[in-house]
Amino acid sequence: MNNKFDIKNNSDIAWCPGCGNFLIRKEIMSVLEELKLSPQELVLVSGIGQAAKMPQYVNSNFFNGLHGRGLPPATAIKAANPQLTVLAFGGDGDMYGEGGNHLLHTSRRNPDITLFVHDNMIYGLTKGQASPTTNFGFETPVQNFGVFERPLNPIALAISLEITFVARVFCGHPEQTQEIMKKAINHKGFALVDIFQPCVSFNKINTHKWFEENTYYLKEDYDPTDRDKAFKKAYETMPFPLGVIYKNDGRKTFEENLHIYQKNDTPLVKRSTNLSNIKNEINKKI
Amino acid sequence: MLSKFENDVVIVLAGEAGQGIQSIEGILSLLLKRSGYNYFSTSEFMSRVRGGVNSTEIRISSQEVNGFRNRIDILIPLSDKSVDHLKSRLTDQTLVIGEKDKTTYKKSIEVPFSDIAKEIGNKIFSNTVAAGFICGLLNVELQLCKDFIAEYFASKKQDIIDKNIIAISKGHKIGKDLEQIKITIDKSKKIQKHLLLTGAEAVSLGALAGGCNFVCAYPMSPATSVLENMASYSKDNDIIVEQVEDEIGVINMTLGAWYAGARAMATTSGGGFALMSEGISLCAMIESPLVMHIAQRPGPATGLPTRTEQGDLNLVLYAGHGDFPRIILAPGTLEEAFYQSRNAFNMSAKYQMPVFILTDQFFVDSKYNIENFDLDNFEIEESIVKTNPDYQRFAFTKDGLSPRGIPNHGKGLVCVDSDEHDESGHITEDFDIRVKMVDKRKHKLKLVEKDITPPKLIGKENYKTLVICWGSTFNTLKEALEELENEDISLLHFSWIYPLHKDTFDYLNKADKTIIVENNSSGQMAQLIRSTTGFAIDEEILKYNGLPFSVEELKQKITNLINKEKK
Ligand SMILES: Cc1ncc(C[n+]2csc(CCOP(=O)(O)OP(=O)(O)O)c2C)c(N)n1
Ligand code: SF4
Repeated sequence: MNNKFDIKNNSDIAWCPGCGNFLIRKEIMSVLEELKLSPQELVLVSGIGQAAKMPQYVNSNFFNGLHGRGLPPATAIKAANPQLTVLAFGGDGDMYGEGGNHLLHTSRRNPDITLFVHDNMIYGLTKGQASPTTNFGFETPVQNFGVFERPLNPIALAISLEITFVARVFCGHPEQTQEIMKKAINHKGFALVDIFQPCVSFNKINTHKWFEENTYYLKEDYDPTDRDKAFKKAYETMPFPLGVIYKNDGRKTFEENLHIYQKNDTPLVKRSTNLSNIKNEINKKI
Repeated sequence: MLSKFENDVVIVLAGEAGQGIQSIEGILSLLLKRSGYNYFSTSEFMSRVRGGVNSTEIRISSQEVNGFRNRIDILIPLSDKSVDHLKSRLTDQTLVIGEKDKTTYKKSIEVPFSDIAKEIGNKIFSNTVAAGFICGLLNVELQLCKDFIAEYFASKKQDIIDKNIIAISKGHKIGKDLEQIKITIDKSKKIQKHLLLTGAEAVSLGALAGGCNFVCAYPMSPATSVLENMASYSKDNDIIVEQVEDEIGVINMTLGAWYAGARAMATTSGGGFALMSEGISLCAMIESPLVMHIAQRPGPATGLPTRTEQGDLNLVLYAGHGDFPRIILAPGTLEEAFYQSRNAFNMSAKYQMPVFILTDQFFVDSKYNIENFDLDNFEIEESIVKTNPDYQRFAFTKDGLSPRGIPNHGKGLVCVDSDEHDESGHITEDFDIRVKMVDKRKHKLKLVEKDITPPKLIGKENYKTLVICWGSTFNTLKEALEELENEDISLLHFSWIYPLHKDTFDYLNKADKTIIVENNSSGQMAQLIRSTTGFAIDEEILKYNGLPFSVEELKQKITNLINKEKK
C-alpha cells in the first residue's frame, strides 16, 4: 500500500499480531487519503492505551497526551486553529473511564472534531482488567469473581448527550467502516464512532467471530435523525446494530459559538496582538 | 472632642455579605484616586454569599503606603455584628460612624444612612449616601462626586442616576459639615493620572500585554477574578476564554492551545492546581510553554476558601511526577505582577517550560494606585519556527532548545508524546536517547539563569539584620521597616522564587542575623533557601490564621526579635 499517511518504519508497531487495531489503522489511513487531507493540516490527538498509540503510527501531526485526556487538547487545538482537521483516538478505558467527564462536556461544546473509540471491552495495555464496557460476568485477574458492574452503553449515553453524530462499526468490515469513518469526519460537529475491535490477547470472549455473529447493519431506510428510534436502537444487544445510529446537523459548533469567530474566521493562531487595544484596556483603570 | 487624622487615615467598612460594601468601595476607590488621593484597599470575606461579617479597609494617605494596617481610625458598620467582629482592631481613637443601633462603641457618631436613603425614595441608596459621606469627610469636590456618579450609574435609568446624585450630595454635606473630625491628607495631580488596580487586574493586564489569547479555568476562589478579567478583555481583544469541566481538563486544554500556537494561561488555587499535577508533568515532557496563575488560600483541602496564605510554594515547587525544570514567580507589588505576568509568556515560549505566577487572596484582592505601565521596549516573541519537511520537534541542538513548530505552519509535522520520545516525538525506549532527553530538559534551567530577576534589597548595603520576604508580604513589611527607622535592618524581597538567584547566599551570609517573614506555618521559602544554598535562616515570623500580616504586627515581632538578641 502506498499511502501518504503510512509511516516509514511500519514494522515496529507495538500491537499484538492479529489485533483489530491494525485493521482500524489501515481503514483510517485509506479514509484520510480518500478525503484528500494533507498530513500537515491533520492533527491526531489521543490519550494512553493501545488504541491511543494510533497517532504514533500515522504520518501526521499528533498530540499523544495523557490517559483519558485526549478530548480537552483536541478541543483547544481545533478552537485555536479551526483550519486543522482534528481526530481523537482512544480505548474504551481511556475515553469512557478515565476521561469520562471530558466526554460529557465535549458533547456540550460540540467542537468540530471526530472521536474514534476502539472498543475492545477490556484494558489492553495494562494486560486485561475490566473496562467500562466489559460484559457482565467476565472474569479477569482483578475481577476474579466476574464483573458485576453493569457495562456502560456508550451509544445510549452519546445520544442522551446529543452528541451530534453517533455511529458504531466493526473493524472487521473495512468497506462499511470506512464509509462511516468518512461520514464522521465530514460531519460538522462532534462525532463519536464506537469501533468494535477484537483484542486477541486479553479478550477471548468478544472475538472476531463473536462480533461477526452478534452484529447487524441498520437498513437503508433507517432514519438516524429520529432521536427516539435511535434510543431504541442504542439498547438493542445481541445482535448490536451497526451504522450511523444518531445524527443531528442543526447544532452550532464550539468554534462557531466562540466570540472571536463571529465576524472573522481567521484562526486565532494567525492573528497578532493589537497593542492599542491593550493600551485602552489598561487606561480604563485611570 | 475633635478627632484629627494627619497624612494617613484607615477607614473600614463592615457589613454582611450582600449589603453593598463592595459597591461603596467601588465608588470610593476611583473617586478618591481621581481627586488626587493615594488610595489603598483590601478586603476580607467570609465564605458565604449572604450574611456573616465582611470588611474592607480603605487607606487614604499622603505617601504611597500600601501595607495592611491593623489600626482602624474610622469604622462604618453596616450591620449590628460589625463592631463585635472587628473589636480587636478598635482603639481609643477609633470613631464608629453610622446608624444608631449598629454603632455601639464608646466613640460613635450617628449618621442615619438608611433614613436619608429612604427619604430619597429607597433604602438601596444608603450605600451611595455612605460613599458621599466619606467623600465629604475628605473634602472631595462635590461636582467631581456628582459627575462620577452619573458616569458610574450611566447604564441605569435616569431616575436612578438622579437619585444617586441626590444621595451622594446629601452624604457629602453631612461629612463635610461634621465638626468632630478633621482629616488632613495631601493630594497630588500626579495621582489623578495613576492607574488604580487590584492584584488580580495587574496579573490579568500583564497577561494581556504578554499576548495571552487563550484562557481556561475552573472557578475557584481567590483565582476566579483573573478568569473574569480575561473574559471582560475578550470583548475587545482576540482571546478565547473557556470555563472547563474540571482542572484536569483545564491543564490539558491549555497545553493543546499552546501546541496549536496559542498563548494560553490558566488560573486556579491550590486545590485546583493539585488536580493538574499530571498535566504539569505532561507539559514538561512535551516541552510545552505554559503560564499558570495560582492564587493561594489556606489549606489543606478546602481550608479557608476566602482567606489568605502562602502555603502552596512547596506544592508548586514539586507538583508533577518526574524530574523537570520550572520557573516560579511571586509578585509583591502591582508593578511586579504586571511585568512578570507579561514576561512570563515570552519566557515560557522561549524555554518551553511552565512558568507559575504565585499570588494569594491578600494580593489579588488588594487595590492601590500606581504609575501607568511602560509598554515600550517590549515585544511579543512567539518563539515559533516555520517547519521544514525534516522537522523534528525535539531535535538536539547546540543551544539546548529544540525549535518549536506548530501544526500546518511549514512543511514539517509536529509530533508530541507523553511517553519518552526520540527527536521526532515518537515513543522510544532507547536508554541513550532517554538520558539525552532528560539532560536536554534539565539543561534548560541553566539557560534560564541569566534571566532571573535578582532579589530586591531595600535599605543599606551594610546591614546587620536582614529581613527576607517573598510575594505578597512585601509592601506591608517594607512599611513596617520604614517605621522602625533602624538603619541596621534591610529588607530582601524575592519576586523570582525558583530557580533562586545566584547571589542569594551572599546576601544572607553578610548579615549577622536573618529573619524570614512568611504567611504560612512551616517557612516554605526558608526551606527552599536552605535546600538550595545550605543557608539556615535564624528566625522565622510566620502567620497562618488566614489573615495577612499587618504593619503594626510586623513592627512588634521584628522589634521583639531584635531585643531578644540584645538581652
Ligand atoms: C493516570 C493513569 N492511570 C493509569 C494508567 C495506566 N493505563 C494505561 S492504558 C490503561 C487502560 C487501557 O485500556 P483502554 O483505554 O481500553 O485501551 P486499550 O489499551 O484497550 O486500547 C491504563 C489503565 C495511565 N497510563 N495513566
Ligand atoms: S493487547 Fe489487545 S488491544 Fe492491545 S495490541 Fe494486543 S490485541 Fe490489540
